[in-house]
Amino acid sequence: MTQCATLVTTPFRGFGRLLGLDCRRTRLLWAVGICLGVFAGIFALAAGLGTAGLDPHLAVRNQAPSLAHPFGTDPLGRDMLTRTVRGLLLSLKVGLLASLVSSVLALVLGVASATFGRAVDAVVNWLVDIFMTIPHLVLLILISFAAGGGSRGVIVAVAFSHWPALTRIIRSEVLQLRGALYVRTARRLGRSHWEIARTHLLPHLLPQFLIGLILLFPHAILHEAALSFLGIGLSPHTPAVGILLSESMRHLSTGYWWLGILPGAALMLMVKCFDILGTNIDRLSDPRTAQE
Amino acid sequence: MLEAIDLGYRFGSSGPWLFQGMNIRIGPGEVVGLFGPSGLGKTTFGHLLGGYLAPAQGRVLLGGAALPVRGYCPVQCVHQHPELSVNPRWRLGRTLREAYDPPEALLDSLGIAAAWLSRYPHELSGGELQRIAVARALGPGTRYLVADEMTAMLDAITQAHIWRAVMDHCRENGVGALVISHDEALLARLCSRVIACGGVTGGMSAAVDLAGMESGEGFAGDRAQAAGSAA
Repeated sequence: MTQCATLVTTPFRGFGRLLGLDCRRTRLLWAVGICLGVFAGIFALAAGLGTAGLDPHLAVRNQAPSLAHPFGTDPLGRDMLTRTVRGLLLSLKVGLLASLVSSVLALVLGVASATFGRAVDAVVNWLVDIFMTIPHLVLLILISFAAGGGSRGVIVAVAFSHWPALTRIIRSEVLQLRGALYVRTARRLGRSHWEIARTHLLPHLLPQFLIGLILLFPHAILHEAALSFLGIGLSPHTPAVGILLSESMRHLSTGYWWLGILPGAALMLMVKCFDILGTNIDRLSDPRTAQE
Repeated sequence: MLEAIDLGYRFGSSGPWLFQGMNIRIGPGEVVGLFGPSGLGKTTFGHLLGGYLAPAQGRVLLGGAALPVRGYCPVQCVHQHPELSVNPRWRLGRTLREAYDPPEALLDSLGIAAAWLSRYPHELSGGELQRIAVARALGPGTRYLVADEMTAMLDAITQAHIWRAVMDHCRENGVGALVISHDEALLARLCSRVIACGGVTGGMSAAVDLAGMESGEGFAGDRAQAAGSAA
């Protein structure tokens, strides 16, 4: 960051220059910061709004967006901003839990598959193939029912169905690293297996793992919303984005556009933030682009 | 003494033999060349000597004992493609010091600039990376060096520069070397003995010593003589 080559044709002058926007690396860091700020904002907003807006106030039902109710109110007079923020918070929690479980599963299975010989490799690949050939939504519904339904069903289904793609990536990374000339050379230079795992393998795998984890977030969140939208799992009064969206379907023709569009846009914004976060951290951690 | 006894290798348990019955003996401080056209298994042979691969047949002995499986291997390889033999995520200073801290004199003689050490591999050229790979392999524990097409991708001046540094190091420390190359002039220049492998039909098992390629003068030898043997 200290030595940043300034492009001659930089579009950033004055204030943008002051923020370091003429430097690519600083721009990436800003984007990461803004995304993290959005997530912090969701938590802050949820704490600030409290749960008062979740109670029905029939006097103010079906209000269009205004200063008092920026996202409007629903047919029961509940504040849509509060409900949306609560829904996003729930999505964040489910997403965090699901992507943590899925990525740890992927790490364990991927490393085991590449390290413990052909039998383990065959079993893991077979599992990955099975999970990948079943349509994801069908798989989610099946697991959700098998886990007993309810909100627990949704969480289990989302958590245990997102690991196959990342498992494949980690498996191929480990296989490639184990065969890499510099890893074999390290062995001949007297490094122990443990040292090689720590110094050569881990620094390669960790960014892959973290980026995989972050990029699992949007999938998990959207699948949670999709399951809620279909009416599987969460109870109808839970403020989840999927439930808000499915409720809004009933009011689309009556012109209450804010019921669907604003929570939907908020969900899209959050998902896009995770996407930007993952992509930018990827660029920052790759030595080929890190010093640009 | 580094010995390969009746060495044979094939990929998998039923693949065709790449070579069989290879014998070679390299004494301390001796520089031996291995010459042959592409695809004969010269690189694989180097990997067997360096302990990168386990032989399918025969043994590799160092001073009468097998190569150590763990710990610093006294036989070190320098590979043909330096960009594959350094970790792309490590700054080169770390790669250089992976096994030991190379003395300034060695770095100077190889022409390694201090500024390279804070860079990543993709920011250096192949020749620069190869110098670092060479310095890394010349640790105090190295008794034999397997140089597999070590300078094939470099221009003549850089090639001469690196080989001069390596030969000086080998002479001063009694390090033996196997130089694998298909550059006859280079082998004639460097090696006291060159083993040439036959053509496509002969394979590596038809290895014979080429008396005509002996130079004995080492690197300081006459240019005209090297040119003569190449022709």
